[in-house]
Amino acid sequence: MIKIEKITKKYGKLMVLEEANLEIIESQSLAIIGPSGCGKSTLLRLILKLENLTSGKIIVENNDISLLGEEELISFRKKIGMVFQYSALFDSMSVFENVAFALREHTQLTEREIQQIVNKKLDMVGLLDKGNIMPAELSGGMQKRVGIARALAFDPKIILYDEPTTGLDPITSTHIENLINDLAKKLKVTSIIVTHQLSTIFRTSDRIAMLHNGKFIEAGTVSEAKNSKNIIIKEFINAGIEKT
Amino acid sequence: MLYKKILEKLGIEMLSLLEELGHVTGLFFQTISNILKGKIKPRLILVQMVKIGIDSIPIAITSAFFIGMVFAVQIGTEFLKFGAAKFIGGVMGIAIARELAPALTGIVVASRIAAAMTAEIGTMKVTEQIDALQAMGSNPVRYLVGPRFIACTCMLPLLTVLADLFCFLGGYLVVVYLIKVNSMDYLNSAQQLLTTMDIYGGILKSLIFGMLISIVACYKGLKTQGGAKGVGEATTSSVVTALLVLFIFNYFLSVLLFK
Repeated sequence: MIKIEKITKKYGKLMVLEEANLEIIESQSLAIIGPSGCGKSTLLRLILKLENLTSGKIIVENNDISLLGEEELISFRKKIGMVFQYSALFDSMSVFENVAFALREHTQLTEREIQQIVNKKLDMVGLLDKGNIMPAELSGGMQKRVGIARALAFDPKIILYDEPTTGLDPITSTHIENLINDLAKKLKVTSIIVTHQLSTIFRTSDRIAMLHNGKFIEAGTVSEAKNSKNIIIKEFINAGIEKT
Repeated sequence: MLYKKILEKLGIEMLSLLEELGHVTGLFFQTISNILKGKIKPRLILVQMVKIGIDSIPIAITSAFFIGMVFAVQIGTEFLKFGAAKFIGGVMGIAIARELAPALTGIVVASRIAAAMTAEIGTMKVTEQIDALQAMGSNPVRYLVGPRFIACTCMLPLLTVLADLFCFLGGYLVVVYLIKVNSMDYLNSAQQLLTTMDIYGGILKSLIFGMLISIVACYKGLKTQGGAKGVGEATTSSVVTALLVLFIFNYFLSVLLFK
């Protein structure tokens, strides 16, 4: 569904991704792991074409995204939902308006139809009664859930999660992880989850890809990752489990 | 050696200034292109018109009224010394229509609106709200810059007309009631010396100021980086740049229109 072919991303002299390759299978949940600052979030931004590649190709559903024009890019982005690390909710709009935003901007739906869709999405994330509240009045976990509801507005085929549980307490993290799993199961979406939270990695993903020094050093199932002989993966996965 | 270092530093500064100028010009043309394609939603323009225009009326007319009074005190007393009381209205009218009202309104709007625009867009930038906007298929130039650009370009001339009237009224009150010049002399002089070109020229200047202020403010907002500190720096830089650009363009436009 998504093919990442020899992609390189440089910021000035800083090389973030260097000829990285990865294939993401349809309807599966892939966790992209790696230390902070290794380029995980940059990869999501590149998939959405929020930033341009230095070189290489990203192919989504047989379309090379670097060739998309302005209008094609808008249609392409509607197929992908993005959940941002700090939710990135529009702080001047209520929860309802945040979820309704894209529908109001890009469709000719009536206000009544929009209301039905938004209420359905808010119900999916358990926030049906919070529509009139402003984002600043919500807890971090609730903001994340609104971010997920907003990403679902167009029933996307792919959802990108950027650190969905970072900074949340374990119980709220578990709720978000359950929500990610529910959505994957019910909507059959392809999920790409960028995280370094071990619980999120193990509870939400079918496959794991480890990013290190700008390259994917290994990609496989969860059990393959757990049994990996690669010292870097071993270190990452075992970090913090045992008292040293 | 020191000479070489100074030249190097100057060269780097000049290159970065030119680069920034290129980006601002790019944003300007992108905005114009989106406007011409009819991609800007009228609802968003109206919201900005209220913020930029209607909400700026009290400060614009109050400033204009008092500047008119101060200007009348200075002009009136000096002209009286030379027995040129009959020219006060005309000179006041020309100065107000050509320079005072457009420049003053530009300064008021640049201080009030450029800061607000940059802070709002800058905060959206550092909190990834602009990325979210793009991720949902919206274009920040269409959604954020275009409406502000149109509203500022339309509302500044309207505010300038109001400033013209209130500045002239302030001057009238001082000249007639404080300096004791005959009110008909003041009005007749203005009618004789003031031409429609003076008024239209002033309005045209304010229209250009509206474009400049909004494009500088939006550009500074869109390139904000680095959290709350970055937003603060961008806001200050936006007001300073908008005012400088306004003063520089004011000179050249005055030469072009009125010389």
